Amino acid sequence: MAVTAEDMASIPALDAGAAGLRADLALIAQMVAPGSRVLDIGCGDGALLAHLARAKSVDARGMELSQAGVNACVRNGLSVIQGDADNDLEAYPTGAFDYVILSQTLQATRQPRQVLDSLARIGRHAIVSLPNFGYWRVRLSLLLTGRMPRSPLLNYSWWDTPNIHLCTLRDFTVLADDLGVAIEEARMLDPAGRPYGMSARHPAANWLAAQGVFLLKRAE
Amino acid sequence: MSLSGAVIPPSDGDHSTAEDPGRSLLVTEPLTLESGVVLPAYRIGYQTYGALNADKSNAILVCHALTGDQYAANTHPITGKPGWWTSLVGAGKVVDTDRYFVICSNVLGGCLGTSGPKEINPETGEIWGLDFPVITIGDMVAAQRRLIDHLGIGQLFCVIGGSVGGMQVLQWAKAYPERVFAAVPLATAAKHSAQNIAFHEVGRQAIMADPDWCHGDYIKQGKRPERGLAVARMAAHITYLSEPALHRKFGRNLQDRPRFTYGFEADFQVESYLRHQGISFVERFDANSYLYITRAADYFDLAAEFDGVLAEAFRETRTRFCVISFTSDWLYPTAESRVIVKALNAVAADVSFVEIETDSGHDAFLLEEPELFRTLGGFLDGCAKHRGLRWR
Repeated sequence: MAVTAEDMASIPALDAGAAGLRADLALIAQMVAPGSRVLDIGCGDGALLAHLARAKSVDARGMELSQAGVNACVRNGLSVIQGDADNDLEAYPTGAFDYVILSQTLQATRQPRQVLDSLARIGRHAIVSLPNFGYWRVRLSLLLTGRMPRSPLLNYSWWDTPNIHLCTLRDFTVLADDLGVAIEEARMLDPAGRPYGMSARHPAANWLAAQGVFLLKRAE
Repeated sequence: MSLSGAVIPPSDGDHSTAEDPGRSLLVTEPLTLESGVVLPAYRIGYQTYGALNADKSNAILVCHALTGDQYAANTHPITGKPGWWTSLVGAGKVVDTDRYFVICSNVLGGCLGTSGPKEINPETGEIWGLDFPVITIGDMVAAQRRLIDHLGIGQLFCVIGGSVGGMQVLQWAKAYPERVFAAVPLATAAKHSAQNIAFHEVGRQAIMADPDWCHGDYIKQGKRPERGLAVARMAAHITYLSEPALHRKFGRNLQDRPRFTYGFEADFQVESYLRHQGISFVERFDANSYLYITRAADYFDLAAEFDGVLAEAFRETRTRFCVISFTSDWLYPTAESRVIVKALNAVAADVSFVEIETDSGHDAFLLEEPELFRTLGGFLDGCAKHRGLRWR
């Protein structure tokens, strides 16, 4: 069956505006300078890329593991390749992008340390968002039930979760320091996904943040 | 521009274009081939669809595969069948001829209007035969470039092709990056693997083992190596399909008979099908052309001149790429496409890569694959936006 022009036109545009973006993605979008070169790793259906291309005129590229995600992106005119953070970052040259974005994915990589290192190498900046395993409800859940915590952000049983390297915000900042990656901005989100007026580096954020969003840069 | 080409009708006695004169360009500027041999003049048979816009920015060059031809979207003059890419190219289709000016030319060494071994060598007045110089993918593209010059097109909006056509796409992007806004190499590779070469060699040997091949001189001797060419096609055709597709189509079904004949007739449907493929192929294709074009594909290795570093072939490229492979293609498997994508990533090129799930094997790029059409449609639309193309 041939695809008609009507079919093509009926594919909905992905960029519903920042209002339609997931909370951490909206925050990430704010961190990106207009007109820059961006690589979004784990770009899903391309919602963030489409938004950045439209609202900030960025040169938007993406990488996504799922075939369905890649196809949806390319279908919508985005430049996206199938690949994953563990295996496909090595090929990129140093400083190829202004921003390399990894949202809610670091905890699912096999080698988070190498991945973070690669992000800071490929991008002049890296932006990473991740769930906080140190969030007080997570801690309390484990303490009280004695079972692996589940939350809207981490909604998997222990035996089928893709999140094999969960960490707390503190764990993350320690790793960044260790790699010589400077944290330029550290934002936290509350469980409803609202940005919270406290630095994610603040000791209390490791209790209070459901997730963190970090703007990073390799230290000179 | 030193090119002194003119659109003139093909020479008399060219039976392949007698029914449809098509279009043909005689290039009189000599072409130095990669082998060093100089082709003093040559002809390019081509077809166009749609209209070139005022600023000549909407041209799409379609590169045909091994045994394809310029009849991508109109009736084939010999077989009377619809063009080989009618599913994709046409008014209102993904490669929309209401929007784009689509060009498809017969490759150098081909047998449907472009200079090749079955044409007359203008210097001797004799049929070229094996005196025709061995050509490469690079030579094919260099010749196509003269056609694009002739049409007055500076930058092609897109170059698209599958298989050996995909190699031409990659070659275009390497050799003339500033003339390719977007490139779509489908089901292809940046070099021919040992396995690819091996299959081609089987085909060539089948042709050359046919006594009617007459050491390449069959036309003059009034013969045609039909059996050899048919066997070459049968062997090649298997590589275009996948085991599941063959099983789905034929299984072990018998051909119009209730039981085995205990002989060597085509008992199985799959045998009958392959024989048919072979027989219908020899009607439209020249055996020597098959030797030359398979050879060109074998010689193809885009990274060879860069000490094997493929990324160097694409350094500083501004072309937007969309690399597409198919899960069941074992002739040019996804791994080969990934090599291309990795090389493009290494120079931070603008690249999309999609592997399409299908059991149709290598031939999938020629078939009605909805996911392929959606991907390609989206890519072209996105590129058109970036290129600033507008339609009513």
